[in-house]
Amino acid sequence: MLTKRIIPCLDIKDGRTVKGVNFENIRDAGDPVELGALYAAQGADELVFLDITATNERRKTLSALVNKIAHHINIPFTVGGGIVSVDDVSVLLQNGADKISVNTSAFKNPGLVKELAKEFGSQCVVLAIDTKKESDGNWYVYLNGGRVKTDKLCFDWAREAVELGAGEILLTSMNNDGTKQGFALDITRQLSMNLPVPVIASGGAGTMEHFADVFEQSGADAALAASIFHFKEIGIPALKEYLAEKGIAMRL
Amino acid sequence: MKLVIIKYNAGNIQSVLYALERIGATAIVTDDIAEIKVADKVIFPGVGEASTAMRYLKERKLDQVIAGLQQPVLGICLGMQLMCRYSEENNTDCLGIFNEDVKAFTASATAAIKIPQIGWNNIYHLKTPLFNGVKENSYCYFVHGFYAALGEHTIAATEYGIEYSSALHRDNFYGTQFHPEKSAGVGEQILKNFIEL
Repeated sequence: MLTKRIIPCLDIKDGRTVKGVNFENIRDAGDPVELGALYAAQGADELVFLDITATNERRKTLSALVNKIAHHINIPFTVGGGIVSVDDVSVLLQNGADKISVNTSAFKNPGLVKELAKEFGSQCVVLAIDTKKESDGNWYVYLNGGRVKTDKLCFDWAREAVELGAGEILLTSMNNDGTKQGFALDITRQLSMNLPVPVIASGGAGTMEHFADVFEQSGADAALAASIFHFKEIGIPALKEYLAEKGIAMRL
Repeated sequence: MKLVIIKYNAGNIQSVLYALERIGATAIVTDDIAEIKVADKVIFPGVGEASTAMRYLKERKLDQVIAGLQQPVLGICLGMQLMCRYSEENNTDCLGIFNEDVKAFTASATAAIKIPQIGWNNIYHLKTPLFNGVKENSYCYFVHGFYAALGEHTIAATEYGIEYSSALHRDNFYGTQFHPEKSAGVGEQILKNFIEL
């Protein structure tokens, strides 16, 4: 049976993990390769590396980093951040990335999703959406790391992107992100029940119950988190055992 | 041991090379027919679309070369599907090494599956030394929208909406639908087993 996936996310700046990590058993907590390998060994099902470097050197440092990750990590990984063209993706895939994620650039140029799917296959095109529930009760798409609001409804954009060829949706709720109060079950459910592609829920994980809730109540295919893993508030092996005991399909 | 990875217009080839490096094996990536023919073991990987890949192989006569190999050959994902008889993916005639046909996953009322299948699924009814030391129901990583039906050459099965071949074997030819290069320790064991065949 296909399992639900647990995905740690690592934010990268200038080739180093940022947002802080708290592990005694690795030599260099800032080294994304070492941290990624540790998560892989602990049973993470996939990894996401999100590059937030803002300099012109980004492209070169990122492809070198992806190459190093690909050499050392024996599970699939996705790379995102600043991807705007087929060429950007080609370099990352050639260096061993399994999937790439696009966000703002795809919203501004939806043709990019189509081009990427045609060139590399839908299976490696992840559409990342940052979304926020407004006072009118609707979920809207935000761009540029959540700084720019759009008038587009999250569900409408997700559906359009899937029609263009996105093979997976990485959905981050800005209302929930950082709160540790649980995932946004309603919008996650709306996407995962109505779209034919897998949905990765992100934002709000604080307890093991939150993961059970997002799988059982919203039908998410995968759940992503960062700080609770980095700060060892929840261990991946314990989390996966807990979910398996609840009857959720897990790779143990 | 001379290990060759066949280079063609499909993705994910570097990942196989790196996975082999992690288990201490060195391989060369080439589309040179002479190099492929003299290899001790050949890996035929790939993520991509069947008709485009077959056209590329035919243009370079790699189709005949692969089908004529005598040494152990391991097809991975699209590589395995291309070793089958026929693929529904753009009605493509494939290499015909395995008698099984490749069909599209379809969602139905009884199987509300998402397509492509992306993620970890278990493999069972394991046969042949390719799976030495691999436990029944081990999890492997899959990414695919088409599958090989069950048949006489099935050496592992997986269920996703329906039960299908997650690995095939005939004579010196092996194929896995899953990606051993991305399947953590289980995948590494399978790659080691192939190298030791």
